[in-house]
Amino acid sequence: MNIKIYILGLLVFCISWTQAQQVTPSESGAFILKNGTVHTVTKGTMTGDVLIKDGKIADVGANIVAADATEVDCTGKHIYPGMIDGMTRLGLEEIGAVSLTRDFNELGDFNPHMKALTAVNPGSVSIPVTRTNGVTSVIAAPTGGLFSGQASLINLHGYTPQQMYAGFTAVIMNFPSSGKRGRWDRRSAEDIKKDADKAAKKLNGIWDKAQDYARMDSIAQATGAVKEGYNPQMEALLSTAQGNASMMIRVNKKQDILNAIEWVQEREIKAIFVGVAEGWRVAKELAEANIPCVVGPVLGMPTRGYDRYDRPYKNPGVMQQAGVKVAIMTNDSENVRNLPFNAGFAATYGMGKEEALKAVTIVPAEIFGLADQLGSIEAGKVANLFVSDGDPFETKTQITDLFIEGWKVPIESRHTLLYEEFIKRSPGLE
Amino acid sequence: MVSYIYISKLSALCFTMLLSLSMTAQTETGDVLIKNGTVITITDGVKEDTDVLIRNGKISKIGSDLSAREGTKTIDAEGKFVMPGIIDAHSHIALDVVNEATAPNTAMVAVGDALDPYDVGVYRALAGGVTISHAMHGSANAVGGQCETIKHRYGVTDPEDMRMDGAPRTIKFALGENPMRVHGENNDIVPSTRMGVEQVFRKSFADAQVYMAAQENYKKGISKMPPKYDERNEVMADILRGDIIIHCHSYRADEILMLMDVLGDYGVSKITFQHVNEGFKVAPELAEFGAAASVFADWWAYKFEVYYSTAFNAAILSRNGVVTSINSDSGELIRHLYHEAGKSQRYGKLTDNEALRLITINPAIQLGIDDRVGSIEEGKEGDIAIFSAHPLSIYAVPEMTIVDGVVRFDINNDPDDMRIWVDPKEDFSDTYEGNEEHHDCSNDRCMQGVFINGHAVHSHHR
Repeated sequence: MNIKIYILGLLVFCISWTQAQQVTPSESGAFILKNGTVHTVTKGTMTGDVLIKDGKIADVGANIVAADATEVDCTGKHIYPGMIDGMTRLGLEEIGAVSLTRDFNELGDFNPHMKALTAVNPGSVSIPVTRTNGVTSVIAAPTGGLFSGQASLINLHGYTPQQMYAGFTAVIMNFPSSGKRGRWDRRSAEDIKKDADKAAKKLNGIWDKAQDYARMDSIAQATGAVKEGYNPQMEALLSTAQGNASMMIRVNKKQDILNAIEWVQEREIKAIFVGVAEGWRVAKELAEANIPCVVGPVLGMPTRGYDRYDRPYKNPGVMQQAGVKVAIMTNDSENVRNLPFNAGFAATYGMGKEEALKAVTIVPAEIFGLADQLGSIEAGKVANLFVSDGDPFETKTQITDLFIEGWKVPIESRHTLLYEEFIKRSPGLE
Repeated sequence: MVSYIYISKLSALCFTMLLSLSMTAQTETGDVLIKNGTVITITDGVKEDTDVLIRNGKISKIGSDLSAREGTKTIDAEGKFVMPGIIDAHSHIALDVVNEATAPNTAMVAVGDALDPYDVGVYRALAGGVTISHAMHGSANAVGGQCETIKHRYGVTDPEDMRMDGAPRTIKFALGENPMRVHGENNDIVPSTRMGVEQVFRKSFADAQVYMAAQENYKKGISKMPPKYDERNEVMADILRGDIIIHCHSYRADEILMLMDVLGDYGVSKITFQHVNEGFKVAPELAEFGAAASVFADWWAYKFEVYYSTAFNAAILSRNGVVTSINSDSGELIRHLYHEAGKSQRYGKLTDNEALRLITINPAIQLGIDDRVGSIEEGKEGDIAIFSAHPLSIYAVPEMTIVDGVVRFDINNDPDDMRIWVDPKEDFSDTYEGNEEHHDCSNDRCMQGVFINGHAVHSHHR
């Protein structure tokens, strides 16, 4: 008897500490979400059912009959598409201060060939912590240097990066900044200018070479000639330089945004701007340039001492109302779970609930060219969605059910498991 | 007899003069009548359609159909939510410097000597309904410096006017990685382990006891000479006497238990653990000791000692009867502590009142000022925040913040540039500060002023 208990205890111990994030296995199969308020995002809100089959949303409507599907009663509950974070380091950073667990910033300045997807850790403890707040896909992106590497969109469920890959990859560039990098930046005005000129020259030089390389590649393709001088960096820039792929460009300061618009237009680059903290200062120009933006964090500080305290809160709304396509990001790693709250602040400060919801669902899906697969509750799309007992932007709301690529994923993470263990700690005071 | 009365009269006069001096340092107070709001008192329920009258900086009456003397500023709060000014038990705003990172025990220094009333961060905090913050020394040393409880009287320029007069003295302690890194790893002196950290406290308290005994012996005439004056020992002695509240940077359960052991041995009981990410593991022990906890809503994983965290920390601590607050430790977070408190409902389903206590009366208790602020009660100080909707809703906007009956933030009278001091040499086109603030106490202002291997530990080094 005692031995049995001991073994059972040992088993529980092993399970909770080897996984330490998800004890209950995910379930696959057909599911029918009955009688919920379905927020489709693209086709209005209605009371009805959602049928999930083969990893896809098979049907959305009233009184769907599916005898073989497991029923999830959603009476009084809300069904939303899974949220998408437009830029994070999720899976690339485990513990901030432990450098060997940080896999997002390779040595050197020119790393377009570095692939974030290679370093995404499917076992990262932060992944369940994130998805249990309704965030089902994120861009995992490298940082640093002029070209940081390639970011990829991942679904937050799976045992290998390939299982998680959601179909979008882009080279990340940090547009050279012409100004101070922060309060700690003690460079003189001349040095700042010198550095900016140097960086611009370097960038232009790289891009000229990338275009040469692309032409060379086209010729080689057309003539069947052997392409000489394989260059991994240039190879990585190929589809962007040929205009076939988008590039994500981090840019925040007003003047840098204007410079970046000019730079991408001259070179006919398909660009997505990221960060765009001062987008509100040049919203008109961004709208005219028709460049989609991944904006955030919304819960961030004003960029200048003389700016209003609520500028970052208002930034997405101001840009969206000027006609810019705006998605919201946290730019975080362990707290990507705050995406709905970033969207909530954007909603409160001018963007409105409906647009803010789009900015974390269908808009990022559109920006990443995946609007036919993600970002709304429509038949045929990937079954990334969650059920809640209220508005997911409100902190009081509980997420009750979660589906990623049709898998029913338990609402479990290190944080919920520690809660369950310690809310009734045994032994207590003994 | 005559001379005795004379002296007492004289001392009374001196006292009055001192009082009037301190009154001028206390800056202005005001009268405000807030009409018809939903008043969240914290300690006495939520009162619909209720007025709050503030006179001379104090809440004089709560009720309906109140009237005020002529000329009193009247605020129509119909449809709005009126709550006590939010209190942040851990912040570093309004400080020129944060760390005296030169020895494992620097009890003799005080951040109150480095107050910066020009910090626009104070205004940004006001714009989030925060009226009081605990300006803390950093966490580089096992025993850091003394802290200062400040009122957000943004607009004053005399540092003295920032102080909350009469607030109990507090001091920063720190456990774990930060003191181990700064002193052990960087300077090759104890502590480089959590064992070493314990011994810093034991030695410091033991030294102070010897110092006190020597003073006592001198007073009793047993020894002819007093001990050589030592400010560090003076401060440590005041902790032993119960005159100073300890606020201790901590993360792991083992180190939290260690400090309670040490304090138990020396008869010290006033302690609030700061951050205390693993407090949930030892919540029953914290409750039994009477220790309080001031936590982040959801920060974790930024360093190894916070890897085994849970955002349900505040809920577990509260349910175990530990007086718990949610703090910012950040110029960014301090702007939306009402939202941070709301997270205790996502993570642990605290009630509205339990959640709001985390940023009002509970931090007031931790700072020893709960008899003056932290709830809306007659006789308490006129520190109020008014919101457009329930403050725990994501859709709530802080609209007005009142300190001592003086409106310090009003969304309807709110110019963009609220700096008091502007660098005349500043190039306006080139002052981008970026989103440089990161959520990371290992590298945040807690460690500001700390140099490791010749490099400053900056917030942008995440």
